[in-house]
Amino acid sequence: MTALSDAMKLSEEEKAMLAGAAGPARQWAIAHQLQVGRYFGARDLVPVAQAHIMADTESLGEAGIAWLEGWAALPQMQRRVRVPTMSDPRGTDFAAAARLKHAPWMIERERRAAAALAALGVLMTDTCITYQTIMPPVFGEHVAYGDTGVVIYCNSVLGARSNFEGGPSALAAALTGRTPRYGYHLDKCRRPSLRIELQWTPRDLNEWGALGGVVGRLAGDYWAVPLIVGVDRAPGSDELKHFGAAAASYGSLALFHIDGVTPETPRLGDAGRLPAHAVGEAEIRAFQRGYGGDGADVVVFAAPQLSLVEMHSLAGLLDGRRARIPLLAITSPQVKPDADRMGLSRRIEEAGGTVLSGMCFYNSYAREMAEANGWHRLATNSAKLVNIIGGYGYRPILLSMAECVDLACGK
Amino acid sequence: MTIFYADAAMGPRVCGEALVAADGFSARYDLDRSRGVFSRPEHKLCGRSYLGRILVLDVAKGGVATAWMLHEMGARCMLPLALVLNRVNPIMVQGAALAGLTLVSGFACDITQRVRSGATVEIDPTAERPFLRIL
Repeated sequence: MTALSDAMKLSEEEKAMLAGAAGPARQWAIAHQLQVGRYFGARDLVPVAQAHIMADTESLGEAGIAWLEGWAALPQMQRRVRVPTMSDPRGTDFAAAARLKHAPWMIERERRAAAALAALGVLMTDTCITYQTIMPPVFGEHVAYGDTGVVIYCNSVLGARSNFEGGPSALAAALTGRTPRYGYHLDKCRRPSLRIELQWTPRDLNEWGALGGVVGRLAGDYWAVPLIVGVDRAPGSDELKHFGAAAASYGSLALFHIDGVTPETPRLGDAGRLPAHAVGEAEIRAFQRGYGGDGADVVVFAAPQLSLVEMHSLAGLLDGRRARIPLLAITSPQVKPDADRMGLSRRIEEAGGTVLSGMCFYNSYAREMAEANGWHRLATNSAKLVNIIGGYGYRPILLSMAECVDLACGK
Repeated sequence: MTIFYADAAMGPRVCGEALVAADGFSARYDLDRSRGVFSRPEHKLCGRSYLGRILVLDVAKGGVATAWMLHEMGARCMLPLALVLNRVNPIMVQGAALAGLTLVSGFACDITQRVRSGATVEIDPTAERPFLRIL
C-alpha cells in the first residue's frame, strides 16, 4: 500500500477503494481524501450522511467541467454517489438567462456541468439554503457540506459536524461515503476560542449580517470559534442565516455558539477566560458605513437565497410601487413554486422586480453581467454579497431590505 | 540563508520570487483570474500580478470556490508558483491537492513579516521537515 494509507487508519473496504477495486472515481476520491486528511493530521475517515457540492461553472471553468464529465462517463456502478448529495446554486437561472444577458457559452457550460453532476447521482437542488428547504441534518450528524453558509448554519444552529468541503472534496465524500476526521468533526475543535460580548442585539437582517462581518473580522480565521453572549432574544432562522453567511465570508468561520440559543452552548464549560471583545451598535453601524453610497444601478437580494418569509417581506415592501432600476430577488427552486403559488413572485414582478431561482448572484458570471448590463453600483441587504462583489468590479452598498426597495423605487 | 520550518506542506519543491502581504487569500474574492492579478480594491496586493510568484500571505479567507478555481487556473497556466500561508483552511488544502499546487503553512513566526517581496525563496514540501528558505 502507498504512503498515503500508511498515514491514516483504513478499513478493508477503504483499502480496496484505494487499490481501485471500486473503480477509478472512488480511487481518486479516497486518495484525495487521504492527501487532505494527512495535511490536517486526521487519523481516519468518518462516515457521512449527506454531501452538498458547489460546482458553478465560473469556478469550474472548462477544465473542471471536462474533469466532471470524465467521471460521468464511467459505468454506473463506478460513478454513482453513495450518500444523498445536493447541489449548491448554479451559475444561471436557465429560465431567465437572456434577461441577465448571460451569453450562450455560459448557459452551455452550465448545462454540461449539470448533466455531469446528474449522471453522478447528484440531486440537483441548486440551493444554498438546504437547511431551510430540503433536509436539515440532525444534532451530531457527520456531513460533508460544500457551501460556507450551509456549513456554519448546520454546525452552529443544528449541531451537525462538517468542515468546509470544496467541490472536489464534497464529490470525494459523496463517492466514498466518508470524509477525513479532522477539524469540526472533532470535539476539541468545537470549543469556543474567543468571546463576543454583545451590547446591542440587531433587529434587521442586514444588521445581523453586519454583526457576522464584525465577528468574522475579529475572529480572523477558520479555526476560531466565537461564543456570543448577551443576545436579548433568540434570533430567527433568517437572522442566523445572514449572521452565519457573513461570519463565514469575512472570517472563513465554520462554527459559532450563541449563549442560550445554539445547542452546544450548555456543554461549553468555563468560557470566562477566553479573549473577549465588546461589540455594540457603534461597531455594527461603522461596518455598515464602510459600504455606503447614495445611488445604485442594480438591487440584488441574494447570498444566501431568499427564504419564503423573505420573499413575503419583499413582496409586501414592493406592493403599490415600481422599481426604476433592475431589482433581482433570488431564491431556491424549492421556495420558488410556493412563492409563485402564493402570488409573491407576481407581486414582486408587477413592481418591476425579477424573481430568479436556482442561482446566486456572485457565482453567476458577475463580472460579465456587470459589463453586459452596465451595472457598477450594487445595493443589497446581504453583508456576504458586499464582501465578495467588490472583487468583480462592483461598488457595493449595504442597506436594509426596505432601504434597498426605497433606493430602487424612489421614496 | 534563513530557513523557516512549517507544520504541513504538499506539492512539489519550487524556487522563485516571493510576493508578500499581511493580508488574506481567496481566489474568488481577491483575484481577477482572467488577467492574473489581485483585483479586490481593499487587498494590499490589488493590481499586482501573481503569475509565477510564490505568494506569502496571512490566512486563507472566503468560501469554497477556491477549491475548483485553483484547478481551473492551473489548466490555463495562470497559477501562482506556490502558496505560503500562516494559517490555512480546508479549502486551500483541497484546492491545492486537486491542482497539484505547492502549499505550505504553519510557522513559528508570522511568515509575512519575515519574507520580503522580491526575495528568492525555496519551498520543499518533500523534506522530512517541510521548509521555506530565503536564498
